Amino acid sequence: MSNKMHVKLNVNGTDHEFLAEPRELLIYALREKLNITGPHVGCETSHCGACTVTLNGKSVKSCTMFVAQANGAEITTIEGLGSPDALHVLQENFKEHHGLQCGFCTPGMITRAAKLLEENPNPTEEEVRFGIAGNICRCTGYQNIVKSILSAASELNSAKEAAQ
Amino acid sequence: MKDEVTREDRVAGLKGLGCSRKRVEDARFTQGKGNYVDDIKLPGMLHGDFVRSPYAHARIKSINIDAAMALPGVTAVLTAKDLEPLGLHWMPTLAGDKQMVLADGKVLFQGQEVAFVVAADRYIAADAVELVEVEYEELEVIVNPFKSLQSDVVLREDLIAPDGSIPNGAHGPRKHPNHIFTWEAGELEATNQVIDNAEVVAEAEMYYHRTHPCPLETCGSVASMDKVNGKLTLWGTFQAPHVVRTVASLLSGIEEHNIRVVSPDIGGGFGNKVGVYPGYVCSIVASIVTGVPVKWVEDRMENLMSTAFARDYWMKGKISATKEGKITGLHCHVTADHGAFDACADPTKFPAGFMNICTGSYDIPVAYLGVDGVYTNKAPGGVSYRCSFRVTEAVYFIERMIEVLAIELNMDPAELRSINFIKKEQFPYTAALGWEYDSGDYQTAWDKALLAVDYKGLRAEQAERVAAFKRGETRKIMGIGLSFFTEIVGAGPVKNCDILGMGMFDSCEIRIHPTGSATARLGTISQGQGHATTFAQILASEIGLPADSITIEEGDTDTAPYGLGTYGSRSTPVAGAAAAMAGRKIRAKAQMIAAYLLEVHDDDVEFDVDRFAVKGAPERFKTMKEIAYASYHQAIPGLEPGLEAVSYYDPPNMTYPFGAYVCVMDIDVDTGVPEIRRFYALDDCGTRINPMVIEGQIHGGLTEALAVALGQEIAYDDIGNVKTGTLMDFFLPTAWEVPNYETDFTVTPSPHHPIGAKGVGESPHVGGVPCFSNAVQDAFRPFGNRHTNMPHDHWRIWQTAANLGMHD
Repeated sequence: MSNKMHVKLNVNGTDHEFLAEPRELLIYALREKLNITGPHVGCETSHCGACTVTLNGKSVKSCTMFVAQANGAEITTIEGLGSPDALHVLQENFKEHHGLQCGFCTPGMITRAAKLLEENPNPTEEEVRFGIAGNICRCTGYQNIVKSILSAASELNSAKEAAQ
Repeated sequence: MKDEVTREDRVAGLKGLGCSRKRVEDARFTQGKGNYVDDIKLPGMLHGDFVRSPYAHARIKSINIDAAMALPGVTAVLTAKDLEPLGLHWMPTLAGDKQMVLADGKVLFQGQEVAFVVAADRYIAADAVELVEVEYEELEVIVNPFKSLQSDVVLREDLIAPDGSIPNGAHGPRKHPNHIFTWEAGELEATNQVIDNAEVVAEAEMYYHRTHPCPLETCGSVASMDKVNGKLTLWGTFQAPHVVRTVASLLSGIEEHNIRVVSPDIGGGFGNKVGVYPGYVCSIVASIVTGVPVKWVEDRMENLMSTAFARDYWMKGKISATKEGKITGLHCHVTADHGAFDACADPTKFPAGFMNICTGSYDIPVAYLGVDGVYTNKAPGGVSYRCSFRVTEAVYFIERMIEVLAIELNMDPAELRSINFIKKEQFPYTAALGWEYDSGDYQTAWDKALLAVDYKGLRAEQAERVAAFKRGETRKIMGIGLSFFTEIVGAGPVKNCDILGMGMFDSCEIRIHPTGSATARLGTISQGQGHATTFAQILASEIGLPADSITIEEGDTDTAPYGLGTYGSRSTPVAGAAAAMAGRKIRAKAQMIAAYLLEVHDDDVEFDVDRFAVKGAPERFKTMKEIAYASYHQAIPGLEPGLEAVSYYDPPNMTYPFGAYVCVMDIDVDTGVPEIRRFYALDDCGTRINPMVIEGQIHGGLTEALAVALGQEIAYDDIGNVKTGTLMDFFLPTAWEVPNYETDFTVTPSPHHPIGAKGVGESPHVGGVPCFSNAVQDAFRPFGNRHTNMPHDHWRIWQTAANLGMHD
């Protein structure tokens, strides 16, 4: 396998270096090389968003990007959003408002929602629905996901106000 | 002085029945720490991938694996020839038919498994798939069941006797080589007589299109054959792990105690993960052959093309009534397209599932149902997509027939339903097609729903809209979709329900630990329903220990008691009942321990929330925690140490949840785009265990109903090509298309279930599909529409408008 490429990634604050075939997709590098199994494979065609990660500040579907294209990137996955002792406000709100069922879409959904709230800290319901339209959930019908995200937004905003 | 702990505090502390307890599963799922089958990684594990047929019907002239085997990293390429000596080139289906594991001489649908490649990683496996050379000879393709029954082309030569005759199938005589079975219920002659002499008769033909459950996680398995200990472990996306173990044992000859089947976290099932698929079998064989673990995970295209379609029912109905609208008879005939193999997942005695619930929520004196199953060159399956066996088809049928009859009678369809409901005092009610409905109060639910949406106001608004449209003032019409459904779930009584001979009981085993916490294991497996949360609530109320101190385990056949799994809304009706019954056994022993500790007779103590107290002296009590400890550390005369129980529950009847749904929709006749303005869903699932979880199930089921009614379809072209093989073409609604739903409820407990619960996960899908469809059809009713087939996607809605001359 002489045609392997040297890839450097920073994932959730940790540097990784490895060799990868040019055709290797980012999702498989994350899941199989780095054992970061939060992002899932749901469709391999960019439709479902189960593989969503944040790459250099943008939401990216890692199932349709070569890992070589991500060389040098900073990536955040669900594993980098919170810790068991300090959950991300979205993680807390998804539990509070029953924003998940089977959990398969959840890592991608929360990762996308976190980015959405950075892009637009005070979204309307319509903006939330549009903002997560690239992430499919088969279980919840979205109503409680939307509720979870709006509630997280309002908590984040209250915290910001309190800090000022 | 002291802070009094009230009884209410003690009840609340348990987080038992009726509490919107937050889910214990969520911690791992929200942190990306779920453990799904594709997350399993074992040392030395190889990857399997299928060579699949591009043709829908063809003979296989040759398979050349040399180039594939020569590729570095490829360990094996299996074909039917390799499986034949093991007797594994075919496998039994759940419907009494058999199915090719790998193509044996011919292929019968596009995407059929032809060869199984095993390689070091998924990329090499995919490369090797490309290198397997298969020479095909194309045969005539049949994708329509009516043509199939007329055709000289024999799809399944394996089912024809050497003398050319057609032997009986698993469900009796077959009348054509491509015919699978005829299944009948009710009284044909009496029904015909009533309909022939009726004052009013309405007829309709409807096609309930083929679709697919499409959970976000596809199917997959990891097999690991430990040749040292002779033990096979199989992880996979199994909605019924124990059944998989039994089937694996029967197929492989490995004794059942040497097989461990594990369903890890499952990313949604909806019926897709009930069946046994060639991928599972091939991963097992490959692990046995190679001696290392083998993983197989299908991609989305493979999922949509090969594992588990749903529906595909051509239904023809006649319904008769008096001029006043009292229904007198119902006739239904179904031509059921089962694809290339009959792999429907139904209880053995019900080849068309519970389609004979098609008299719905109405008191219909006489009825007949006939179903003919037919082979075509389409994928096998016929699973219950978010419903009990074929109940979505049944409810869609009757809820459309009611609408068509209302048109015939020129009567309001809400009123027509009211006139014909089975009345509260008629329960338990035996329907014309044989089922005994356990309990219901339909009129109360209906009145509540109609009041909540101001039904009369909506009809007035609709009439105004029709007038405005006709005056040319608007291009948007308005539909009011109604549905009243009765489900039949919780399969089922062992006397008439089995799968591959296994009675459809379920089970629960409870171990109370010395310090007053517990572990309970059940024969079911959650795919997102939240069993770890809700079963603990049932137990908390039954045994008086906090739900937070009870761990629920499912899905590992080495530890869980035998059960038939999770589908057909059977978990709460069957395993939930087993949990309650096992809990009561714990309580019975706890009562004896408490009486001993309190030095009174067994009958002189009574259970109170979390304790046993002396009757008439509530200040003398032992908490369940104290009793648990005593059971392990104190010698109690006449009692064994420990506090454990197991219950295998054979339900005496099915349960019959019901509900009343209303959908208000605006449709732009020029774009065909429907806008759901309002959706009101009233569900009665009997006793409510966790209202938050119930509401979540309703939202999800309604959304899957929206998908099916408004666009989701597995479509084939004339030569059997799947036209909807990716999520580009197969409609899964996003947050953008889905409305907010209003949920409501009534509570009519099941009289035969230990806690009165009926099951809820599938009701919204069953009731939702006809409600969305009726909304579209109702919008066009004033313009002459009687019946239009689903899915009502934008194009078809536009076409409906065009056909009715609304673009002129």
